Amino acid sequence: MSTENGLSKRFEITGGDFGKAGSISTKIKEILQEIGINSTIIRRTAIATYEAEMNVVMYAKKADLTLHLTPAEISIRVYDEGPGIENIEMAMQEGFSTATDEMREMGFGAGLGLPNIKKNADRFEISSTPGKGTALDITIYLNQEGKK
Amino acid sequence: MNQYFHSIRIDPEKCDGRMRCMRVCPTQAIRIRNGKAVIIEEKCIDCGECITACPNGAIIPLTDPFGELTKFRHTVAIPSPALYAQFGREILPDKILAGLKKLGFDDAFDQAFTCGEVSFAIQEYLREHKGPKPLISNACPTVVRLIQVKYPDLIDQIIPINTPREIASRDIKKKKSKQYGLKEKEIGAFYITPCPVKMISIKQPAEKGKSHLDGAISISDIYGPLLSAMESVEKASYKKALESICILGIGWAMVGGICRTLRLKNSLAVSGLNEIIKVFDDIERGKLRNIDFIEAYSCPQGCVGGSLTVENLYISYNKILKLIETLEYEKIKACPDIQEVRKLYKQKYFFLEGKLEPRPIKPLDEDLGKAIKKRKEKEEIYETLPKIDCGACGSPTCLTFAEDVVKGKSELTDCIFELPQRFKELSQELCELLNRIGPMNPAKPGSKKARKEE
Ligand SMILES: Nc1ncnc2c1ncn2[C@@H]1O[C@H](COP(=O)(O)OP(=O)(O)OP(=O)(O)O)[C@@H](O)[C@H]1O
Ligand code: SF4
Ligand code: SF4
Ligand SMILES: [Mg+2]
Repeated sequence: MSTENGLSKRFEITGGDFGKAGSISTKIKEILQEIGINSTIIRRTAIATYEAEMNVVMYAKKADLTLHLTPAEISIRVYDEGPGIENIEMAMQEGFSTATDEMREMGFGAGLGLPNIKKNADRFEISSTPGKGTALDITIYLNQEGKK
Repeated sequence: MNQYFHSIRIDPEKCDGRMRCMRVCPTQAIRIRNGKAVIIEEKCIDCGECITACPNGAIIPLTDPFGELTKFRHTVAIPSPALYAQFGREILPDKILAGLKKLGFDDAFDQAFTCGEVSFAIQEYLREHKGPKPLISNACPTVVRLIQVKYPDLIDQIIPINTPREIASRDIKKKKSKQYGLKEKEIGAFYITPCPVKMISIKQPAEKGKSHLDGAISISDIYGPLLSAMESVEKASYKKALESICILGIGWAMVGGICRTLRLKNSLAVSGLNEIIKVFDDIERGKLRNIDFIEAYSCPQGCVGGSLTVENLYISYNKILKLIETLEYEKIKACPDIQEVRKLYKQKYFFLEGKLEPRPIKPLDEDLGKAIKKRKEKEEIYETLPKIDCGACGSPTCLTFAEDVVKGKSELTDCIFELPQRFKELSQELCELLNRIGPMNPAKPGSKKARKEE
């Protein structure tokens, strides 16, 4: 879209691919470091991206993650194809999780991912169509007046 | 320019640009320029991987020569516990310390004892700490530098307790100057080091202060002379020698030693930079919050695997492990008095004297908008590259090459895959030119080629 005034990069995430899980948030962190973004903002971005990435790996079939960066803000969009979320309000609650026992064995499933994304983002939108997929829009402001 | 002191130097005479170092460097700090390796100072974390990788011995650790001793009126050797791991099983620390004295040091101090004190101090700190977890050990200066450069947000999780080598030399100097009526600067404290990075932690401490050590002598330099010197050391009783070993301190030579001897339940021990990076990534994602303490060593198996050690690292690891097992079995604990340590701890005796600050790599541009633009250019260049990381351009990967081009450090034509393309474009332009001037020239040079190009 507005690629003129910024940097855009697209990544693909494959559901169930635990081997590569987390690699996108690491790549995004490196990009932000090269640009010289403040380390607290990098950390917030990395955490939000990581949680979104993991949810695709755990629950969805596949997704496109787009990073869009302008001097004003970092935006991360994750659009997945998957089962979608029936009750978003419930999913957003701390502690709510439908993770399987295997996932819990691996240390996931505390039900903290989505709330954590919200906590670390300046703006967060989530929408979902059950049976089709879920869309996340995460924004983090670069000028600190943007709050947080 | 020389903002950072580094513990290694490349000898251009010996370097023939084989790229081994460039490929192993974990922070992509090496480039080949004009057939020789060069180091990008701000990126180097002094891990020493390149030293081990170079088949020509062209990367030279900057440790001190033995001659430095003559500059002082009184000298003390302070060996890293990794030195104790270099010799056969029957050779215990007491003999090694005696050997060091025979080599010309006025005294040799068993640093393992201070390591033991610091282990207790770490335990105290872990108990009191309320902030984010896990806390990370600062025993390995490479790990501290890695955090400063790549994980600046984890700096506050590095335990702010000083290293045993600094505490020991501070103490020794104080005591000796009183004892012999010498000035502190007349006493030379030399660390016997398993790696060159300890050298920079002396010349340029990570926490911006002044080191109490005066130099570092590499284990590999001292090994031979020490071995002969020990031949004339009288044999002490094995049992007695064993009884003088601080089990807590000896553990500092190998990965997991601190956790094991302190019996920390909620802790992790990692070694090897690639493994450490994985763990640090997880910490950044907030995944290891239920872990209290992480012991991390850049070298495989810990300091026993340091680049300036001599013995095979698995053998030396094993020696320390067996020693710990023996001491545990015999219930020998020649360790500092924990009450005493607690008292000193309250007096801030163990804390770092300066503050650790991040050391992030310079951004692509100081101006945010321009930096974003340059990062975009980097991406665009990268997309045109073959992505096989051949290294022929002198950069370790196609991605770093793209960055070097954006930074103006490399030319796009340095990529050998770009060259044929350039030739094609050039010859096309030439043909077009010749075609245009063709009619005026009866000889029609290049016409055959021009037709082929159609
Ligand atoms: N992309 C998605 N597609 C389908 N369902 C999802 C998706 N993301 C989250 N959910 C649902 O929302 C629940 C809550 O997600 P959240 O990330 O908060 O916790 P979790 O993934 O279960 O556990 P944690 O993130 O702490 O490991 C999930 O258990 C899952 O049922
Ligand atoms: S010491 Fe380590 S970081 Fe520095 S140039 Fe060598 S391999 Fe790279
Ligand atoms: S692990 Fe030990 S020997 Fe290796 S670099 Fe770190 S401090 Fe030096
Ligand atoms: Mg989740």
